[in-house]
Amino acid sequence: MTTETLKRLNNAGDLDAMQSEALPKLAIRKDPSAQIYGGVTHHIMVCCDTGCTSSGARKILEAFEADLKEKGLDKTVDVVVIGCHGFCEMGPLIVVYPNDIYYVHLKPEDIPEIVDETVRNNRAVERLLYHDPESLKPIVHYKEIEFYAKQKRILLTNCGHINPESVSEYIANDGYKALAKALSQKDNTDGLLEEVKKSGLRGRGGGGFPTARKWELCRNAPGEKKYIICNADEGDPGAFMDRSLMEGDPHRLVEGMIIGGLIIGADEGYIYCRAEYPLAIRRLRNAISQAEALGLLGNDILGSGWSFHLHIKEGAGAFVCGEETALIHSIEGKRGMPTARPPFPAISGLWEKPTNNNNVETWANIPGIIRNGGDWYASYGTQGSKGTKVFALTGKVNNTGLAEVPMGITMREIIFNIAGGIQNGKKFKAVQIGGPSGGCLPDSMIDRPVDYESLIDAGAMMGSGGLVVVDEDTCMVDLARFFLSFTRDESCGKCTPCREGSTRMLNILTNICQGKGKPGDIELLEELARNIKLSSLCGLGQTCPNPILSTIRYFRHEYEAHIHERKCPAGQCVDLMNYWIDPEKCVGCGACKKICPVSAIDGYKKEPHIIDTKKCIKCGSCIDACRKTKAIFRK
Amino acid sequence: MGSTSPSGQSVDLAKLDPIYKKYEGMAKGSLIPVLQAAQDTYGYLPLKALDAIAKQLEIPISQIYGVVTFYAQFRLTPRGKHIIRSCQGTACHVRNSARILESLKSTLGVKPGDTTEDLKFTLETVACIGACSLAPVMMIDTDAHGRLRPDRIPKILESYSN
Repeated sequence: MTTETLKRLNNAGDLDAMQSEALPKLAIRKDPSAQIYGGVTHHIMVCCDTGCTSSGARKILEAFEADLKEKGLDKTVDVVVIGCHGFCEMGPLIVVYPNDIYYVHLKPEDIPEIVDETVRNNRAVERLLYHDPESLKPIVHYKEIEFYAKQKRILLTNCGHINPESVSEYIANDGYKALAKALSQKDNTDGLLEEVKKSGLRGRGGGGFPTARKWELCRNAPGEKKYIICNADEGDPGAFMDRSLMEGDPHRLVEGMIIGGLIIGADEGYIYCRAEYPLAIRRLRNAISQAEALGLLGNDILGSGWSFHLHIKEGAGAFVCGEETALIHSIEGKRGMPTARPPFPAISGLWEKPTNNNNVETWANIPGIIRNGGDWYASYGTQGSKGTKVFALTGKVNNTGLAEVPMGITMREIIFNIAGGIQNGKKFKAVQIGGPSGGCLPDSMIDRPVDYESLIDAGAMMGSGGLVVVDEDTCMVDLARFFLSFTRDESCGKCTPCREGSTRMLNILTNICQGKGKPGDIELLEELARNIKLSSLCGLGQTCPNPILSTIRYFRHEYEAHIHERKCPAGQCVDLMNYWIDPEKCVGCGACKKICPVSAIDGYKKEPHIIDTKKCIKCGSCIDACRKTKAIFRK
Repeated sequence: MGSTSPSGQSVDLAKLDPIYKKYEGMAKGSLIPVLQAAQDTYGYLPLKALDAIAKQLEIPISQIYGVVTFYAQFRLTPRGKHIIRSCQGTACHVRNSARILESLKSTLGVKPGDTTEDLKFTLETVACIGACSLAPVMMIDTDAHGRLRPDRIPKILESYSN
């Protein structure tokens, strides 16, 4: 953790003074010709979020520290740990200031060269730069890369650009200015709510309920004691927007919640974060204790007389806790099972007090809206869906990572420009949006604008923002089966339609994937899906049939091929295919024989081998081993 | 002093005292954090410890048992020194995480949820760890390993075997 000496700020003037003091230190990141501060000539920003760390970013960090020390440069070069810079595919990645030089796919042995060339001579090391996949030309500045150029970063503005463990870097970038502004109007919270209303912000957790209207309900609810909650239980497989935000810019969330508490009239808040995000939890704890030390959180905030307290609750691993009533029970220390609404949490929520719950991205948008005004925010996006949305780009695309785009952009632009199209020159098949509650969009639907209404209309939903792109090799029936096995496992079991219905639908899908499908199964699935949607208690059950309905809607022919022809068109369902060796191509190298875990392959050296299909478990290891000769195929 | 749990291992209940102390002021809703801290201490939740927690927090053991069995995080049996979480989320699924799990199963000789005989590794599956951009991924303790291939698994496991 960064150790900063923090002195309590007693008013907005103190905050301004702290900002003025912090700014010169960061000047070289904004302007290459800025005056050197404290003898520090360079800032090396090393992305150390969960993604880059698993690509080896910690070793890069250590290599820089060791090399700079050895060369006597450790006093003049600052190595800064940053949160997610967005382009996870390229990790480990760094940015060197001044001159803003962007290096990707680094290895520890590259570091001395960067120190010699870039730090000592201010020259770029060409081989370590990002190379445009088409022109193959190196690009020095990340802003010129199409992945970044097409984005509109108004929420992720600090993410990957400041040290998330330093409150003074946040304050230097106008942090807590919105809080000071809100406190100056604390007797006119109607006016503040009006700004949120004008912004048109809608819940970023998936539902898209207008945020200001939700706040109003809780604000107007009778009762002295009120709570606010941040839902950071990002459970959708394929989504990591909230994790990146919490890891990269935790103070933004804290500030948003403090302002929300002021407007709603709550004096206590909880952040419910899943335990699978240890780094996010650590950064949030650090941010909270820094804000408390500065008097930006706790009693008598900025000398205003108003107090607000914030706690972190770690989830214990239950997807259903993303549902707000279940989440509330979990905070209370009970089994996280949903209850029927009404009463809505706005009237009777946590410990039966009026409670307002929003997700991470919604809360983190608040400081920008209060600081720049609702109209500023509403100038981005479409008529019904204002502002920007952060998406996690995953699956079979070239550029996996985090992207913030204005609402109304087309899915095609996101997939083919920002995410760089499909890996290995394969054909795009569909994009799954909204996780296990959402649906998929085929090629014919991806030219529509991305906004709440048009996605619902297309049978999908915004969800929290996970985009999983699949190519021609993905079986859509298997994908639907995958989602159902997830929701079946995560169903809390309280209501029958979800508990039994998801099991029944999963059985039918498993049968279809194993070649045991029957005529009429598709219709039966559709009927079950409709009933489960109508009769389930909470959002988990009500939305779990969506992946089935949308794959049937757009890929009915794949279901039919499984049922009527006993074939998997994508060649993915293992029970519907076998592995074969082409005797014409096989050179008898024995690599497949050696790797086969069940000894199903036999043959003499330099002679064509054969696979015993009865023994074969279809694990695919032999195909990998035969990558050069390509003699093994599935059929 | 230590009493003996059904599995034959002794459970030092004194280790719970600092945990009670930490959450003392938080009268409401402290059960889950207490259980999390207890599991951090023992590596799992011995029944003896649950009994003691029930008495301390004045919550019926039946209710505690209900909470423990509801959440995926809590364990009633001892676990290995290293916890392997093989991600089976959407992004990993479409990038063939099933084969990573197969490789883990055959290398360790256990199925998900089980612990190797030498108590070195526990194999688990997880729905998503949020490192989707590096799919397929797994976590060993708190380290994420990304862009996995089935043939790389034995080597990665070897680096943890000491």
